[in-house]
Amino acid sequence: MRAAWVVVALVGFATVAIKALGPVLLGGRPLPARFAGVVALLAPALLAALVAINTVGSGQRLIIDARLLGVAAAAIALWLRAPVLIVVVLAAVVTGAARAATGW
Amino acid sequence: MTGTSSGASDNDGLPQRGHRDGARAVAPLAVAVAGFGVSFGVLARSAGMGVLAPIVMSATTFAGSAQFAAAAILGAGGGVAAAVTAAVLLNARYAPIGVSVAPWLSGSRWSRFLRAQLVVDETWAVAAEGEGRFNPKVLVGAGLILYIAWVVGTVLGSAFGRFLGDPAKLGLDAAFPALFLALLVPQVRTRLDRSAAVLGAAIALTLIPFTPPGVPIVAAGAACLLGLAGGARHGPRRGRDDGGPEPGAVR
Repeated sequence: MRAAWVVVALVGFATVAIKALGPVLLGGRPLPARFAGVVALLAPALLAALVAINTVGSGQRLIIDARLLGVAAAAIALWLRAPVLIVVVLAAVVTGAARAATGW
Repeated sequence: MTGTSSGASDNDGLPQRGHRDGARAVAPLAVAVAGFGVSFGVLARSAGMGVLAPIVMSATTFAGSAQFAAAAILGAGGGVAAAVTAAVLLNARYAPIGVSVAPWLSGSRWSRFLRAQLVVDETWAVAAEGEGRFNPKVLVGAGLILYIAWVVGTVLGSAFGRFLGDPAKLGLDAAFPALFLALLVPQVRTRLDRSAAVLGAAIALTLIPFTPPGVPIVAAGAACLLGLAGGARHGPRRGRDDGGPEPGAVR
């Protein structure tokens, strides 16, 4: 129990500090142009990585499971220009159904 | 504050988004986030963290993956140092992410500090308006909704978890990559954007088997260094003199 509270405190302080770093030190000022060109690519790079990690990642393993079907359905829905709500719900429904049917 | 200055004309037609739009944008995810809050509460309690500590953790840390990792390691008897290290690695991405939103968060130091805490992957992603622009109101609206969902979910899981189901059974874990994919599409407009996306995903997939969780996502961020080659493709991004409040004037 004591270990749990120590972890809560340390992780809390570290996370708050990490999140605050940029906005507190650099807040409200434009980044230098060269740096801004780099940061502009952070969204596509990290979003693509988040898609990949959350679709086939499981800890330190790569796993093909029902999530891949759900994300594939989401991709088709996006291609058909479906609204985000439909895309997200569809991914969950397809994944849940596939999991129930196959046990993946 | 949307930075629709002379150079970035392709966004000029968009209506300005506010707090409500941010809340609406993450509404489909709030259920999934609450569901995972419930499972965090259940996991943390079964890991021997008690009822209150998981709730305090969700209220102060607000970063799902790091909390799951810390609780799982504690539960497996991994010790404080291992739990904290894993959580910090998993949250390391919020350093570059914080830098990317920093120019768009004006106001007092405290206000920037507090709003920075609402940055998580999902809120950052819905607040992105392309070419490095971020909408601080969307960030706050989305952040408040997901924060409430996460904390309430944790309370439910920690207190009554035994009676609630596993969100993975409902496929809610696939809601996250689907949302990130939906948010990625409008972010890839140029060939350089596409290259950064492909490289980021490739780096992450390559590193997953070889590095502790948290490292692949941070390493994937390095794909944005492609921007050094891109030069000034977006035109004058510097001049945010769009008539909004002078950045830093309040400080």
